[in-house]
Parts: sequence; structure tokens; C-alpha cells
Amino acid sequence: MEILQIENLDVFYGDFQAIYSLDLRVNKGETLAVIGANGAGKSTLMKTIAGVVPVAHGSIRYLGKSIENLQSYKRVSAGISLTPEGRKIFRSLSVEENLKVGAHTKRKGPWNLQTVYDAFPLVSERRDRLGINLSGGEQQAAAIGRALMSNPELLLLDEVSLGLAPVVVEQIYAALPQITEQGTTVLLVEQDVIQALKVADRVQCLLEGKTVLEGAPGDLSRGAIANAYFGIE
Amino acid sequence: MSSQISQVQVRRATRSSKVGAIALVPILIFLAVLPYILSRGTQQTLVTLFSFIVLATMWNLLAGYGGMVSIGQQAYIGIGAYGLVYIADTLGIDSFLAVPFAVIIVGLISIPISFLAFRLIGGYFAIGTWVIAEVIKLLVVQVPALGGGSGISFGALSDFSPGRRIAYVYWFALICVILAVTVTYLIMRSRLGLGFTAIRDDEVAASSLGVHVVRSKRIVFVLAAMGTALAGTMIAANNLRVQPDSIFSVQYSAFMIFIVIIGGIGTIEGPIVGAIIFFALQQWLADLGVWYLIILGITAILITLFLPRGVWGLISGNGRIRLFPVGYSLNVSDLAKSLSMSKGTTNESG
Amino acid sequence: MNWLNAVVQGLLLGGLYALLAAGLSLVFGVMRIVNLAHGVLAVVAAYIGMVFVQNFDVSPFLAILVVVPLMALLGFAVQWGLFTPALKRGGLSPLLVAFGLAVVLTQLLQEIFTADTRSIPSGSLASSSFEVTPELFIGVLPMITFVVGVVVIIALQLFLTFSPLGRAMRAASDDSETVSLMGIDNRMVYALATAIAFGTVGLAGIFLGMRTQFSPTFGDAILIFAFQAVIIGGLGSLWGTLLGGLVLGVAQTVGSQINPSYGVLAGHLVFLAVLAIKPSGLIPKAVDR
Repeated sequence: MEILQIENLDVFYGDFQAIYSLDLRVNKGETLAVIGANGAGKSTLMKTIAGVVPVAHGSIRYLGKSIENLQSYKRVSAGISLTPEGRKIFRSLSVEENLKVGAHTKRKGPWNLQTVYDAFPLVSERRDRLGINLSGGEQQAAAIGRALMSNPELLLLDEVSLGLAPVVVEQIYAALPQITEQGTTVLLVEQDVIQALKVADRVQCLLEGKTVLEGAPGDLSRGAIANAYFGIE
Repeated sequence: MSSQISQVQVRRATRSSKVGAIALVPILIFLAVLPYILSRGTQQTLVTLFSFIVLATMWNLLAGYGGMVSIGQQAYIGIGAYGLVYIADTLGIDSFLAVPFAVIIVGLISIPISFLAFRLIGGYFAIGTWVIAEVIKLLVVQVPALGGGSGISFGALSDFSPGRRIAYVYWFALICVILAVTVTYLIMRSRLGLGFTAIRDDEVAASSLGVHVVRSKRIVFVLAAMGTALAGTMIAANNLRVQPDSIFSVQYSAFMIFIVIIGGIGTIEGPIVGAIIFFALQQWLADLGVWYLIILGITAILITLFLPRGVWGLISGNGRIRLFPVGYSLNVSDLAKSLSMSKGTTNESG
Repeated sequence: MNWLNAVVQGLLLGGLYALLAAGLSLVFGVMRIVNLAHGVLAVVAAYIGMVFVQNFDVSPFLAILVVVPLMALLGFAVQWGLFTPALKRGGLSPLLVAFGLAVVLTQLLQEIFTADTRSIPSGSLASSSFEVTPELFIGVLPMITFVVGVVVIIALQLFLTFSPLGRAMRAASDDSETVSLMGIDNRMVYALATAIAFGTVGLAGIFLGMRTQFSPTFGDAILIFAFQAVIIGGLGSLWGTLLGGLVLGVAQTVGSQINPSYGVLAGHLVFLAVLAIKPSGLIPKAVDR
């Protein structure tokens, strides 16, 4: 069944149209990777699903109900959780406090402080450190952990690899199976195409706010993906 | 292509500003001859209006252009007023000549004050300026030569007969308000003014473009202090008596803030419009006592939330009418013409 | 020995200042709003307390049970209806709106109660004191006020550090947009913070009213003293606000010892000195925002 259905979505970033008539579907339990170059509209898409950026036209249906007009904080209670671009860890709070804030909605599920610490040893080691004193990789792991604390049905990961060394990125994505095996649907946005192809069940490539390619990684050739990514006919 | 681009003009004046400039001359002439027509009381009332326009223009310079909200400008009203009376009476210098001295002294005093005040930002800067004003008042009250707690009287002007004196003070006030508005206008038109606007919009960006943020803010601070002191001299000349509790009263700040909010913050016309409205309201609602201030306060809150550009913003269609053109405008019809001429001579691509 | 007495009295006064300043510090800490109406709110509470005590002939401490919840409710409403919309407008709006509120409240008090000075009748409490040494007497009311001030600061600090709502407030202070991604309604967090702040200033107002005569314009001085306590102590730290209050109280009483009319001025000068020499305050905040 489809957990998320986006139809004909138009989104503006100020005066600038970032997304044009976009269609997107995510099946329950799958991992969908949205790839594309900088400015393709990927992060705007994530923010729109999370409710931070408003919908100009079109519909977003989550678990069958339309949520375009639902306030962002209510979407978290409904089961959508975003790990934002840039991590956005709370600087003056410790890692553990960050996680606790993430659990505000008290949704039931497999994720709590202990299970997050088990899945992300890096986070466990740093639990008392203040957010401002974390490295980029530690912040990213903590941010994902924080998003998991709300026990989401749909986890949104926005540009996890941004600004991180490849080794660190691999470590973080290594934890992904532990998330998906719980049945969580993952929608991730990535500039790092190789990494995205490794973890995704399906891939959708955006260019200037429109879909130019979609399919399972196994069915798509490298060449086709590269052409779509760069907008070559 | 280049020949078409050169047909596009960047202008400072707009149609409305040209109309405004032409209309200004008869208005000023009219204002100048009023002492021959109006009663003495009305002239004094107008001087108060002019002083409010100066105060509001200066507060707007500080807040609307400099981004600094102050509730302590009354410090400079007081020093300006006391300064004028002291220099004219005690030092015996001609009253009207004493004005520039008083204003310059205030300018000099405001420089070290700015170093202190700039340690704070935002709302804390606002209260800080108030504390500084209170300190100045408390210090002035300790000085016997300035009359201590009961203040001093402005005696030097009593050489003139009342009728003459009031007319002279009126003309002096008219010159002051023209001066204050003109200087503010010229500054905002200049490179300095462009820097101020940039700082107001985004300090970090302005700084990265080479605008000296702190120095520019200090200049705004000092200029606003001097203009405020000028208003102080107008008030002293009009009332002939300077008392610490009233000249250093925070109520002046309340008036400045309300005038600028209601008139429209961040434009030259706003404070003028606001002062006139404020003044009219004050005359009308004088019987209502404290309700007048309550209505004013509620109006200011509502305007801040719902009509942030004030009454002038409403009248001018949010900047379409500009009597004092501070910005630039692109002559769009020329541009459209030149673009339509170039169609068909280039290939469509991407 | 006069000096010891002055310092002790100053510390006790400082407890009141800390209590008065706590709410100002909290609102700024969470929302970056400098509530210029903070001073007059203490006076509003004092008047409400006075009316309650006079009409029902009860102890002022009973009035606290009425005034504090009332003020908290007012805080919630003001934040929801006034400050949060102003925050959305951005820029100078929150400051200007707070200023307008201060003026409106002051004038309303003037209209209802006139400019006469009043106080909250507290019976024998106002004058009772106990002897520490023959030269040092400690007033019971100032002592109670001091203790309440310290307790409130500690309670607020504990609340912010350990409670989920307090954590949410600290998170909102760091990054309000991301807080909504946690499923937290910002408006609610802000409104509750302001409710707590107004509640504390309400409590402070009652003690103020018992201790001294007040009039509608008293709020001006209170705002200045609260602000000075916050700055001297250091922005962003409630412990700083407590320390700042104590320093201010001592400065004022020691100043009055030198010359009765120098008290407030001494406080101003100490404040300016801190501003000039150590602008981040005596206990600067650990994490820079």
C-alpha cells in the first residue's frame, strides 16, 4: 500500500518556483531515494512534506488523508519525521536532551533512548556532550536518532551526506537497515548518487523541480541516471 | 543590444516627487508668512508641532534607517535645552548663535555615550538608552548652576517684545524643521544613507560589501542626537523654561515612537505625516485625559501588527508615491520598448 | 557597622530585584523579546493584590493565590494574541508592541486608580524584624521576599533543566523552526513561557506592594531595575539574574548610605561600569547564540 501520494505538486520558494507538477509515490516499508543536482528541488520537497514550506497547488496524501494544510508539528504526531538539511541539532542542549525533545509526541514504537543508543554507538558515546561541541558526523547521527525518537511511520532524511567525509557517510547509512527492518518507510534525499543507489529500493531523479527518471536501481543503467541527473537528452 | 540598453534610464526623481518639489515652494512661503496672520498662541502651538516633526524625523533616522530603537532620546532634548539656556544666559552669547554651539556640544557628548550604548543590542539597547537618560537627568539635577531640581528660565529672549519674540522663535523653528528634514533627506540620498539602509536590511551582508557597520551606526547615533538636541532648543525657546522632570521625561520617547509608528517608519514622509496626525489627535482628544494616550497606544499596537508601514505607507501605496525620493527607479517603459525591439534578432535557447 | 547593615539590607533588596527580573530574563531567553511592559506588570499585580486585600480583608499571601494565576493567564493571552503575531512580523515589531502595551497599561492604571501612591496592607508584617546583633536588624518581610526570590530562581532553573516543557523552551530558544519538527507547537511553548514569566512578576508585584508605596508610573523604575539586574548578571543566565539583583540591591543601599539621594544613581553607575568593563555580565552564557 502507498503511505505517501503526492500529485501535481507546485511549490514556491519566495517568488521562485521550486517544484513543478510533481508526482511521487512511496510504498509502505520501502526506501525511496530522491536524487538530483543542487537546486533540483529535493530539499524543498522534503520541507513541504514536513509542513515547513507551504503547498501552492497540488495534493499530498499521507495514509490516505490529505495533509497539505496540516501544521508541521501535527504531522509529527501523525508519524512523519524529518531529519532536516544541516542537521539542526539544538546547540545548547546535550545529545541526550536533543533525543528527549525528539520524543515529545510520545508516539509508541520500537525507538527510545536505549534502542537509539544501541543503533548508533557514536551517539551513545556522546550523550552528554552539548550539541555545539559535536562533529558533523556526530550531529548527523544524533539528528537521525532524534527523528527516530518520535517513532515515525515515514522517516524523511534530507541530505545526510552533506558536508561529511565519505567514511562517515557510510557509517551512518550502515544503520539504515536497522531502521527499515522495523517497518519504517524511508524517503531520503541525496546528492551522493552512489550511496543513494546502494540503499534505495526505488530512485526518483529530479531536475529543476520536475521528475526526469524513476525506477529501481537494478533496472536503471548508470548512463541513464547520469544523463537524467545532469539533464542531458 | 548595447544601444538599446543605454536607452534605459536609472532615475532618482519620480513623477510624484517632482510634483512634491514644485508644491513645496508655495507651502514653505505660506508657512513663512503665518506669523503675520496667526495669533501668538497658535504660533507657539505650531512650534511645538515643528519640534515633534524634528524629534520624529530623528527617531526615525535612528530606528527606521539605523535599526536602533531608543527610548532615551530625551537625554539630548534635555542637554540641548539646558545647553542653549546656559550658553545664551550665563555665557551671554546671542541666543540664536548659541543653538549651533549647543547642538555641537551634544554631538560631542553622544560619542562616548555611543560606545557604552553599543554594548547592548535590540530591546536591551532601548532600555540602556533610557538608563543613560536617567543618569544624565540625575547628574544635571545635582548642578546648582543649572537650577537643580527646579530648572532654569530662558531669560535672554526677554529683550524682545512678546509678539516679536514669538514670531522670531516661530521662524527659527521653521528653519530648524526644514533643516532637519533636508539634512536627513540628503544623507539618505547619499552613499552614507545607502549604507544605512543596507545595514538596516542585513548587517552581515552589508559588512561583507565593505560597509563599516559600527562606524555607520555611530554616525547615525550622533546625528540623531544632534537633531534631537536641536528640537530641545526649539522647545526651550518656545517654553522659556527648562525643568528636569519634564525636559528629560520618557514621555517624549513615547511620543516619538507613536508618531513614527503611526506615520510610517523608514520613510522621510512618515514622521511628518505622523506628527501632523498626532498633533491633530492631541488637540481633538485633549479633553479625554489619559484615554488619549490609551487610544494612541492601542492604535500604535494595531498599526505595528496590521499596517506596518503606517499611514503614509497606506497613502503612498507602499512607496509608489514618493515626495522625498531616496531610492532609485528604473524607467520601465523604455526597457520594455528596447526589449521588444530586440526580439527576433536573437535565438531562443534553454 | 552601618556598612554591614547596608550590605545586608542591599542583599535582601536584591532578592526582590531578582524576583522582579526573573520573568524578564525568561521571556528574553526563550523568545528574544524584551518585554518593555514588564515593569508595569508588577504594578498591575500590586494593584490587583491591593484591591483583593482591601475588599476581602485577607492576608496578602492569600492574594498571591489569586494574583499569580490571573497574571499567568494574562501572560498566555498577551503572548498568543500580541507577541507571537508581532514575532511573525519580525523586525522592531515585538519591541514596539511591548512598548505600546506598557503605555496602555500604565495609563489604564492611572485612569482607574489615579496617580496617588498606594500600598498593600500587610499589617504587622511590614514593620516586624528580628535582631541579629544590636546594630543589625533584619526585617521579616524583606527576609521572606529574599527567600522567595531565591526559591523562584532555583525553581525556574530546575524547570528549564529537567522538565520536558523547559527543555522544549530551551530548544525553541536555539532554533524555533526545528522545534516544530519535533512535534512541538511553538505558539504553545511561547505562551506557556510568558505565562510563567507573568506569574513570577505577579508574585514579585505583591511583595513589592507590601514593601513600598507604588503608583501607576512605578513600572518605569521597576523595568529599569529588572533590566539592570539582568545585564549586570549576564544575559541568558538565571543565576546571573539572581547575582545581578543582589549586586544592584547592594549598590543602591550602599549608595544611599553615602547620601540618601544617591541610591538609585549608584545603581545606575554600577550598571554602566559593568557595561563598560564586562558587557557580557558577571555570569556570561556558556553557549553563544
